Amino acid sequence: MFYYSVKRVLMLIPVLLGMTLIVFAIIHAIPGNPALTILGTKASPEAVRQLNQSLGLDNPWYVQYFSYLKDILTGDLGTSIQTHSPIASEIWPHLAATIELSFVAMIIAIVVGINAGIISAWKQNSVFDYTAMILALIGVSMPVFWLGLLEQWGFSIELGWLPSIGRDDIRNGVDPITNLYLIDTLLRGRLDQFWMVIRHMILPSIALATIPTAIIARMTRSSMLEVLKSDYIRTAKAKGQRMVWIVYKYALKNAFIPILTVIGLQTGLLLGGAILTETIFGWPGVGLYIYNAIQYRDYPVIQSGILIIAFIFVMVNFIVDLLYGLIDPRIKYK
Amino acid sequence: MPQTAQVHVETHAVKERSPFVNAIREFWKSYRKNKPALFGTSIILVFILLAIFANFIAPQGINDQNIGNKLQAPSAAHWFGTDDFGRDIFSRILFGARLSLRVGFLSVIGSIVVGTLLGILAGYFGKVLDVIISRLFDILLAFPSILLSIAIVAILGPSLNNALVAIAIVNVPVFGRLVRSRVLTVKEEEYVVAARSIGMGDMRIIFHHILPNSIAPIIVQGTLNIATAILDAAGLGFLGMGAEAPLPEWGKMLSDSREYIQNAPWTVLFPGLAIVLVVVGFNLIGDGLRDALDPRMKN
Amino acid sequence: MSESLLHVENLKKYYPITGGKFGRVSETVRAVDGVSFSVREGETLGIVGESGCGKSTTGRMIMRLIEPTEGKIVFQNRDLMNLSKKEMRKARKDIQMIFQDPFASLNPRHTVEHIIEEPMIVHHIGDRKQRKARVEELLELVGLSSYHAKRYPHQFSGGQRQRIGIARALAVRPKVIIADEPVSALDVSVQSQVLNLLKDLQEKFHLTYIFIAHDLSVVRHISDRVGVMYLGKLVELSESEQLYDDPKHPYTKALLSSVPVPNPNVQTERMILQGDVPSPAHPPAGCSFHDRCPFAMDICSKERPHLKKLEDGRLVSCHLYD
Ligand SMILES: Nc1ncnc2c1ncn2[C@@H]1O[C@H](COP(=O)(O)OP(=O)(O)OP(=O)(O)O)[C@@H](O)[C@H]1O
Ligand code: SF4
Ligand SMILES: [Mg+2]
Repeated sequence: MFYYSVKRVLMLIPVLLGMTLIVFAIIHAIPGNPALTILGTKASPEAVRQLNQSLGLDNPWYVQYFSYLKDILTGDLGTSIQTHSPIASEIWPHLAATIELSFVAMIIAIVVGINAGIISAWKQNSVFDYTAMILALIGVSMPVFWLGLLEQWGFSIELGWLPSIGRDDIRNGVDPITNLYLIDTLLRGRLDQFWMVIRHMILPSIALATIPTAIIARMTRSSMLEVLKSDYIRTAKAKGQRMVWIVYKYALKNAFIPILTVIGLQTGLLLGGAILTETIFGWPGVGLYIYNAIQYRDYPVIQSGILIIAFIFVMVNFIVDLLYGLIDPRIKYK
Repeated sequence: MPQTAQVHVETHAVKERSPFVNAIREFWKSYRKNKPALFGTSIILVFILLAIFANFIAPQGINDQNIGNKLQAPSAAHWFGTDDFGRDIFSRILFGARLSLRVGFLSVIGSIVVGTLLGILAGYFGKVLDVIISRLFDILLAFPSILLSIAIVAILGPSLNNALVAIAIVNVPVFGRLVRSRVLTVKEEEYVVAARSIGMGDMRIIFHHILPNSIAPIIVQGTLNIATAILDAAGLGFLGMGAEAPLPEWGKMLSDSREYIQNAPWTVLFPGLAIVLVVVGFNLIGDGLRDALDPRMKN
Repeated sequence: MSESLLHVENLKKYYPITGGKFGRVSETVRAVDGVSFSVREGETLGIVGESGCGKSTTGRMIMRLIEPTEGKIVFQNRDLMNLSKKEMRKARKDIQMIFQDPFASLNPRHTVEHIIEEPMIVHHIGDRKQRKARVEELLELVGLSSYHAKRYPHQFSGGQRQRIGIARALAVRPKVIIADEPVSALDVSVQSQVLNLLKDLQEKFHLTYIFIAHDLSVVRHISDRVGVMYLGKLVELSESEQLYDDPKHPYTKALLSSVPVPNPNVQTERMILQGDVPSPAHPPAGCSFHDRCPFAMDICSKERPHLKKLEDGRLVSCHLYD
């Protein structure tokens, strides 16, 4: 187990390096002169030259890459062209917002997906099964942003039940501590705000959870079907154990590994989906941060935003891999 | 015709029938029982026909503006209503089908070609090449796909074609890994050892023995990937990293009309429905193909 | 019999098993561990041993389908180990192989005609018409008919498929054929037909066979000489008759006594082997057979016996004959 972990850590290094290289290429390959992009087109040639020099843009690319790498390792993510402030200091509130949203969406996806999958498998070919699987099919086929727009239209605009934009009401803003608002409102003892934050979360987290829910449900169903057919389950049944008990206790345990895999993979979809969901719901996470940066051609922000999300994705999968090793000692790397 | 075919099978069961023909028969026998798959096939056929004959079917051109007629609700004249420029949404969706299907097919073909090449290099020739290529795949797969597409489009500049290229690149490792693992399996088959034993060279082994025996899973994965490619292209269009302004790309249409959702929900409803239908279609076909061609791949 | 046509010397194949700590080589599987023999032109050399003793590996190494870790393969006075990849591919024209599994060794997507023609295409023999004619000739030769040409492997029985495999091997008129358990996947009733076919073909074309099998009864009638392998090593090599009438090595004796013998008078001492074959990754020290050998002596676990020539010319690797 220890060696497995160490090996997995070593495998991580080339992936992380490759990631930074690709992200580095974004800045390096954009057409036009970055200094002009930063200073505006009316800048004097003198100023451009100075900026080029101070940014190290007159060095060969690999020198620039290594200094970029050094910057990242020292926690320097560059400066936003739009706000002129360091990205590293700006990004945490955004990151917290994304993490909070993705986390809630993942919980929804896991709870709903696994249960729907279990019931579908258990009551195979029932009305529930058919309905769930048709919904799952539509779920995986739906553009997240379209679903988000429909939700807004239905639940905010037409019915007026839920807020459609942001994490909190503008006039009743949460006073951040950790920037995870669910926690912050509790820390400050503001249950009214806690409820407000939840209300803001409902629509975006459901939109974001749709695809992972659908995939987890399908996956759970098919692994459960296999497990339910096994002798092992038949024996349990023959022993007169209650079906609900059998299904949840034994079958789920055996279907766990494939489900875990899917959950690991879904994180990527979630984080990717976050950029679309956040755009729709004005959710001030990294996704919206990147989206705004795209509109302003704020390349350093695009770069660092993508890097951060990819980094989180890699780490989540890394942890999932380690969990594998813990759960199933037979799994050795290769 | 089915009658005679039946008799033919009975009497000449051992007659020379290629496994290819056999496979297609077998495939069709199980595929045609798969109602969802047939449904998906019909959806896609309809969309393909609509796309091909858009010029004849569409009541209006994609850019026929009529500001006086803007944001009209669906009616006999405008089945899906009109958008903020008074353009006929039905017509735009028809032409949009061309764009989405093109992105879906071309990007997947691109990913398959490059992925297959890299997968063969990694799986067949192995060693250092395998390590390098596999790491490259790991790196590409380390990004959520839409983010990597954004990064690539940021490098190439936003346009529908660059979005297509980006999506193709993002999906290369999917096929690369698939082909690599197929090659590793097939390479150990005894008929491949036999091929080597008669003195056959690598290229002939790859093209005559390994690739033909790896095609089924590539086709299945390819179909499913057309679905995700279309979704991703729409996503990029929505974010402004895909199709440029007047193009009737579905994702772009959605982002352009999102502000009218309150007064003119049809501007948002129909492009989204089109995306869902096409993606459902490809997903159903992909699932059906998988069940018929390669039951082992079933999750 | 004339002089040696093919000669292998100290052939070894070690598989490093990576794993454990940081992918270091944790152990080595000695699949084949120093095998030497020569084959005379026109003879059949049988190679026998239990599953996993390295027979297939040896056979495949001769054609360099598996790269030997060490050793020499001299064919017609040329060391095949010195050939480039391309030269080696050409050299395979003279050494062909028949495989154990007649189901797996034929590409299911190709017609019989294509399968048999392919070696000729690869070695640029004849034009299309000549090759087709040759395919028909080969089909008749192995006891099939020309109308089988357009069929696919799945339309044939195991025995017929093995005939197709034989036709493919013959297509390029090889000098040596390595037959790796060519009949062990077949029904007993079909086995002797295929064996007879191989024998006839040998006479007709003056072929040299290396015939691999896992039990002695199969090789008995076809082999001129027989080599017995145990855990990657050759433990005995002698003329067939000597070997069957008077086995020397304890392992050979054990193998023979487990074979149903047609003549019950011969069945003298019945020896049942104790225990399992040890893993080739951890062969016992000294004589690798000592933990199962009923005649084991002190020295057997300490010193490794070497293949020695007895006065009657046979080779045995056992301390009993020191
Ligand atoms: N690629 C490999 N890596 C590690 N060990 C291997 C490899 N190939 C073969 N071996 C080992 O080498 C040994 C010899 O294998 P080989 O196939 O030559 O045996 P065999 O005598 O032909 O057996 P059988 O009668 O089953 O065909 C076996 O113990 C096998 O496990
Ligand atoms: S050397 Fe010893 S252990 Fe090995 S076979 Fe001979 S008697 Fe038996
Ligand atoms: Mg073998």
